[in-house]
Amino acid sequence: MIATRDAYGEALAELGGENDKIVVLDADLSGSTKTGVFAKKFPNRFFNMGIAEANMVGTAAGLAAVGKVPFLSTFAIFAAGRGWEQIRQSVAYPKANVKIVATHGGVTVGEDGGSHQSVEDVAIMRAIPNMTVIVPADGEETKGAIRAVAAYKGPVYVRLGRNKVPSVFPAGHKFEIGKGVVVVPGTDLTFITTGLMTAAAVTAAEKLKAEGISARVLHIGTIKPLDKELVLQAAQETGAIVTAEEHSVVGGLGGAVAEYLGEACPTLMKRVGVYDRFGTSGKSDELLKYFGLNAETLIEEAREIVSRKK
Amino acid sequence: MKEKIADLEEKARRLRVAIVKTLHKSQSGHTGGSLSAIDMVCALYFHKMRHNPAEPAWDGRDRFVLSKGHAAPALYVTLAECGYFPAEDLMMLRRLGSHLQGHPDSKGTPGVDVCTGSLGQGLSMANGMALGLKLDGKENRVYAVLGDGELQEGQIWEAAMAAAHYKSDNLCALIDSNGLQIDGDVSKVMNVSSISDKFKAFGWNAIEIDGHDMGQIVAALDQAEAHKGAPTAIVAKTVKGKGVHLFENKASYHGVTPNDEELPEALRCLGCCD
Ligand SMILES: Cc1ncc(C[n+]2csc(CCOP(=O)(O)OP(=O)(O)O)c2C)c(N)n1
Ligand SMILES: [Mg+2]
Repeated sequence: MIATRDAYGEALAELGGENDKIVVLDADLSGSTKTGVFAKKFPNRFFNMGIAEANMVGTAAGLAAVGKVPFLSTFAIFAAGRGWEQIRQSVAYPKANVKIVATHGGVTVGEDGGSHQSVEDVAIMRAIPNMTVIVPADGEETKGAIRAVAAYKGPVYVRLGRNKVPSVFPAGHKFEIGKGVVVVPGTDLTFITTGLMTAAAVTAAEKLKAEGISARVLHIGTIKPLDKELVLQAAQETGAIVTAEEHSVVGGLGGAVAEYLGEACPTLMKRVGVYDRFGTSGKSDELLKYFGLNAETLIEEAREIVSRKK
Repeated sequence: MKEKIADLEEKARRLRVAIVKTLHKSQSGHTGGSLSAIDMVCALYFHKMRHNPAEPAWDGRDRFVLSKGHAAPALYVTLAECGYFPAEDLMMLRRLGSHLQGHPDSKGTPGVDVCTGSLGQGLSMANGMALGLKLDGKENRVYAVLGDGELQEGQIWEAAMAAAHYKSDNLCALIDSNGLQIDGDVSKVMNVSSISDKFKAFGWNAIEIDGHDMGQIVAALDQAEAHKGAPTAIVAKTVKGKGVHLFENKASYHGVTPNDEELPEALRCLGCCD
């Protein structure tokens, strides 16, 4: 169990040694986002921009325009939120090679409360043309994703979390942008999940097996571009889809899957996520339960959707 | 007047005790910035502002915006001391279901008028209130407490420009200039000095004070009210974690709460034996 932000800090510092074009920007949260690890190793290539996120985004776009590979980090609410239009105009529109790695996404931010819990960032990033949106499931996938993102040319938004999460992928897991992974095979329904909900889906699938329900788990690490092939296959082969994400059901993974399948292959569907409301203060694990972001909810939804199939 | 100041100082001491106890209980929240701002918040609520705890939405009230929303404990203990809600509520800070959210939430907490927590947005809302109150021909004033790191946000300067442009002399910004932010010294992370020169350049009246000297705070608030034609910025030199040497001037204490070992010493520093 490690936090995806810790894996990021490690991977970024490692990549810094391999590619001297990589520069890193932060907005007074380098201890929390873990860019501090890079800063310590490569102080000349680290820019603390202060509490000024919009300026940080624009500066990163400028650095990219002169050939650098900028990674910028802050909490998801400020990265995607405060800098949205700068991201759209200065980064995505020119297709600038800027990597936005946002930590503290979702409700597991915990006690800081609704003001700090970003449940909309994936939606607003996904809506921007040219943008790639990645939400890793665990530390291993994060390391692979950061490596892939550094090699890819173009704007990327990576969303990471605050807390330690269970491992889903083995050490050395290779991340391919745009490719989903079937983590558990199954035939009665498919959980299409991202971020920390993939581990929950694996647990749910194991428990459902005992009831005679065969649940597939399709992990979507890249929400945009969506792996349409694996999503379509899941719809056609299992006939029932339950999506799950630590994000609003509006516009995130559930939205992306619904948009696609609604046109390509209308299928029974249920979206698990935050139902169009703000977060609130509480301990992370309490909040996951409060918002129904756990294996228990997935099991209930699986039973329900399988019964509707008949 | 001397008595009044001594009274406010004693109130501030008690509020510091409440901050420490509240944060020890919650084990989550911002200690340093709450302790640096509390003298100013205390002077506002117990000396300067017209408000009515029995009627939080009273039309005749002055308005308060905690732009540095992470100092919510400073506001919450003050509101509880005023009687806006029972002091027991403080023990529920940051818990699931509590109205005392990690950052001020006007939807649930009596006495809180705006939601803050995302830095840089409070001064704009405060100026909006000031403009609206003037439009209605009201005499009410608006006070906003800002962090010095928070001044790095561009929106602060957009608000500063607008407030001077519209001559919002019913607006007063208090800058909690404790010299620290999360990643270290404000001067090293992203220098914002000179704060008072910047506000002056934007057309504000600026007053520099010691933000822990109650006499100076009160005098500055009175001067701000008397100043016509421009908003006033009170640039208060403060000490992050003020009052408890364990926390004073330590960036590492920004978002860390007193633990079981530190609690007795912290309370002792504040002249509290229970
Ligand atoms: C827009 C935004 N960016 C980042 C943060 C995270 N954050 C919370 S407090 C803080 C440092 C604030 O420093 P300062 O304004 O000096 O406050 P103080 O020293 O009084 O605590 C930061 C970066 C935030 N709340 N809002
Ligand atoms: Mg400060």
